[in-house]
Amino acid sequence: MLEVKDLHVTVEDKAILKGLNLTINAGEVHAIMGPNGAGKSTLSAVIAGKDGYEVTQGTILFEGQDVLEMEIEERARAGLLLGFQYPVEIPGVKNIYLLKAALNAQRAARGEGEIPAPEFMKLVREKSAEMKMDPSFLQRAVNEGFSGGEKKRNEILQMLVLQPKLAMLDEIDSGLDIDAMKVVADGVNSLRDANRAILLVTHYQRLLNHIEPDHVHVLVDGRIVKSGDKDLALELEARGYDWVLEGSAA
Amino acid sequence: MASEEMEQLVRREYKQGFVTDIESDTVPPGLDESTIAFISQKKEEPQWMLDWRLEAYHQWLKMTPPSWAHLEYPPIDYQAISYFSAPKKPEDRPQSLDEVDPKLLETYEKLGIPLHERAALAGVAVDAVFDSVSVTTTFKEKLHEAGVIFCSISEAIREYPELVRQYLGTVVPQADNYFAALNSAVFTDGSFVYVPEGVKCPMELSTYFRINAANTGQFERTLIICDKQAQVSYLEGCTAPMRDENQLHAAVVELVALEDAYIKYSTVQNWYPGDEEGKGGIYNFVTKRGDCRGDRSRISWTQVETGSAITWKYPSCMLRGKESIGEFYSVAVTNGRQQADTGTKMIHIGENTRSTIVAKGIAAGRSDQAYRGLVKIGPRAKGARNYTQCDSLLIGDQCGAHTFPYQEIGNSTATVEHEATTSKIADDQLFYCRARGIDEEDAVSMIVNGFCKDVFQELPMEFAVEAEALLNVTLEGSVG
Ligand SMILES: Nc1ncnc2c1ncn2[C@@H]1O[C@H](COP(=O)(O)OP(=O)(O)O)[C@@H](O)[C@H]1O
Ligand SMILES: [Mg+2]
Repeated sequence: MLEVKDLHVTVEDKAILKGLNLTINAGEVHAIMGPNGAGKSTLSAVIAGKDGYEVTQGTILFEGQDVLEMEIEERARAGLLLGFQYPVEIPGVKNIYLLKAALNAQRAARGEGEIPAPEFMKLVREKSAEMKMDPSFLQRAVNEGFSGGEKKRNEILQMLVLQPKLAMLDEIDSGLDIDAMKVVADGVNSLRDANRAILLVTHYQRLLNHIEPDHVHVLVDGRIVKSGDKDLALELEARGYDWVLEGSAA
Repeated sequence: MASEEMEQLVRREYKQGFVTDIESDTVPPGLDESTIAFISQKKEEPQWMLDWRLEAYHQWLKMTPPSWAHLEYPPIDYQAISYFSAPKKPEDRPQSLDEVDPKLLETYEKLGIPLHERAALAGVAVDAVFDSVSVTTTFKEKLHEAGVIFCSISEAIREYPELVRQYLGTVVPQADNYFAALNSAVFTDGSFVYVPEGVKCPMELSTYFRINAANTGQFERTLIICDKQAQVSYLEGCTAPMRDENQLHAAVVELVALEDAYIKYSTVQNWYPGDEEGKGGIYNFVTKRGDCRGDRSRISWTQVETGSAITWKYPSCMLRGKESIGEFYSVAVTNGRQQADTGTKMIHIGENTRSTIVAKGIAAGRSDQAYRGLVKIGPRAKGARNYTQCDSLLIGDQCGAHTFPYQEIGNSTATVEHEATTSKIADDQLFYCRARGIDEEDAVSMIVNGFCKDVFQELPMEFAVEAEALLNVTLEGSVG
């Protein structure tokens, strides 16, 4: 589904990613872990198409398509969706309006007509309930005055409505108490199926207790230095990143 | 997003530029007493009206154009303007839309204003001003039943001279300012509304102004009077065809609200702003003023300004009556080389008067805009209160927005609050929307519309939809 090959990325002439390789297949959940500043957010931002990152080498293919040639919105419409670590506030724009515009833009790209209003209302009510969000959140301005946890739940709500093929979730667990973490994890788990994949970016192991990954990768200094299954996360938790570095250097 | 892309995005062509060639009965360019006499005669006006015009003309001769506004424009040659233009056979004027020149209807169609549809569906009475003469007035009977008078000012001068004489020039005196004086001398049409005591006007009143004949300055005069406990909502919308020379528009709007009356005046204005170099746009120098003459009266101005090469406009409220209320909600969008100097004046005269100002400015391209707000609290205005909020949104880095709040507070019991913000349209907001699949243009308009929300929600429903569409056209780019 997603194939990242030898990816080199610089930000303001500073090399951040230095030859990263990653392959994600349909049905899989991958977790990328690593210390602060390793380049985890950079990876998901580059895949989503954020400005300010220069790809100096390498390729990113999504279902065989060259992602780097696509506009930001084209990537999203193709089913590549980024859940933000710090979702922005958009004053005056209703949450439900953004959801509807996004869903209809994606449907249009698939050659489908606009979703009928009653069907849409039913869908968002249902998904809001799953995320334990009061329907009043739909009528509020996007993320405006939301608490940290509410913003994160809102990100997952968007995922549930938009049903991406590949959901990339950047530090979706940060700032969540244990109850909110469970709601968010349940939401993410409900997205899991054989045709979909999930990329979790985190530097804590605790999220992975709730969303069990198939593959865990350790990103250090712009490269994936170790990959394994979910036990790798536990080992990292116990032994720290230095252990991986020593291991890879040897 | 790179600012270059941003520029691409905000550059767009004026979609409503075209000219309809209905033959006009136009006077040669120039202005002197005989021009004024010609206009007055054409309009079959009584002598007092001609005298009033001439008085204004003599005052105007002694005045000089304002130079203090934050604007730059070449001097206007008032002798090069033609002061009267009318469709050829005034006696053949249609009584209903069926009789309207299909070409005119086609024109409205192109403007995206399906007049008949709007009128029928929305139940809006329409007094369409085409060039300087009203060509159609609809829903008159329904208004007549309610006792509401809604007609062209020329008709009002002939049919209701006592009302016109009683109120004309009492809010904006002939010599109020340079452009008002010129308007008083040469105004050719506009609307007149009178809502009698205790009547709530049964429908929203709407007028589409449109400048058409080449080289014709447009001098509209609108007078709206709401008697005691009466209410009216008036909508004004404008567009103009593309052309090469700058066109002067100097309208005067006077509103009078008596005891407990409420006038809501909404404008969506989309005049030709000129090409990318600013050539050929409309000069819009308007005097709009409301007089809250009666106790507990209320006047509310809501405007969405997206057009004109140069806009100079300060809808104002004179709060004379005790506990009277003045409101000003404004969205001004400038793009290309447009210049706008707008704002409001709230003059608190009576006790416990209140005013609210919410001004949103959006500048894109190389445009420049200024907000100028005066809040004046007189010595007798005990307990007066004002709240002002001015927010500017910049798109790209070649535009400018300036805020000039003026306060004159002659009374220690007054409360005046002012808040102002300037922000750039945030790249992270755009990225957020686009990363959800929404294209760049829609994302910009979504964010901008969100920014304008506080003002749009003051507009009547159908107008709010139109305003949003207009905003999108104004900021539409050539991406894709
Ligand atoms: N927009 C940016 N401008 C400058 N430096 C950046 C920018 N984005 C990321 N970086 C730098 O790139 C490195 C990797 O950052 P990031 O991808 O956010 O790491 P992580 O998510 O793994 O903590 C850090 O050193 C960070 O300071
Ligand atoms: Mg990060």
